[in-house]
Amino acid sequence: MADRPYLPCTEIIGFLAEYLDGELSPERKFEFDRHLAVCPSCVAYLETYQETIRMARTTTNAPQLPIEDAPEDLIRAILSVIN
Amino acid sequence: MFMDTTSRQESIGGDNLVARLRSGDGGAFETLVRTQSPVLLRVARRFMHSEEDARDALQDAFVSAYKSIRSFEETAQISTWLHRIVVNACLMKLRTQRRHPEEDIEKYLPKFLEDGHQVESSVPWCETAETVLQRTELCGLVRRCIEQLPDTYRIVLLLRDIEELSTEEVAKMLGVTSNAVKIRLHRGRQALRTLLDPHMREIA
Repeated sequence: MADRPYLPCTEIIGFLAEYLDGELSPERKFEFDRHLAVCPSCVAYLETYQETIRMARTTTNAPQLPIEDAPEDLIRAILSVIN
Repeated sequence: MFMDTTSRQESIGGDNLVARLRSGDGGAFETLVRTQSPVLLRVARRFMHSEEDARDALQDAFVSAYKSIRSFEETAQISTWLHRIVVNACLMKLRTQRRHPEEDIEKYLPKFLEDGHQVESSVPWCETAETVLQRTELCGLVRRCIEQLPDTYRIVLLLRDIEELSTEEVAKMLGVTSNAVKIRLHRGRQALRTLLDPHMREIA
């Protein structure tokens, strides 16, 4: 059992989204966890992949980001088309 | 002048705006355009490649909303309804101006050796989403990197990770399978990660 080969990094990185979304079978998740326990590179990839998602979200959509007023000429253009 | 999202939501609630809109009250529609345009323009800017296209999409969306106000269900939030109309207007516009040929995403995907290991080992980043948010130049960098993604992947990433729509909703909007959405999302995230990697490593 201990000699069983580890999954390759290609497999871990290829199915990272399914792993993070909890979509893997328990057996497959076990194999992913076993790989991650001995592969710092895949752990770094997983963490930076998650950070990428968070960065995309916060830099475009965070509630604390200020919202600039829409230009008056645009408002007028929209209203003139409707009226 | 700036206003946060909460203030804007409050500014259109309270009175019977929907009834006034349905009765063809021009003043009510002007209120809607004035209060919602800032938030919705920001949404359109995320999707479109130019300011002009973002403005055009917003205008198309308001025209569409004006024509279909009777189909709006009062149980829904009007801001949510408008948000969806703007996203659809952007998708329609992007469909007509899709760049051909689109840039190949392969160059942004991780490379592997024959034994299955990564060609270049991944390393942790110094920055987090929280630290990036506090630095204007890094926020701009992330947005520019998203903009750099090929549209096929960028659009799915925007709809899933930023608009936070479900895989099924995105599949329906784009007319593709759920599996295609999952593949595009994963590749889009991987490509964005590759683009961010050198900047997030270097800046301590």
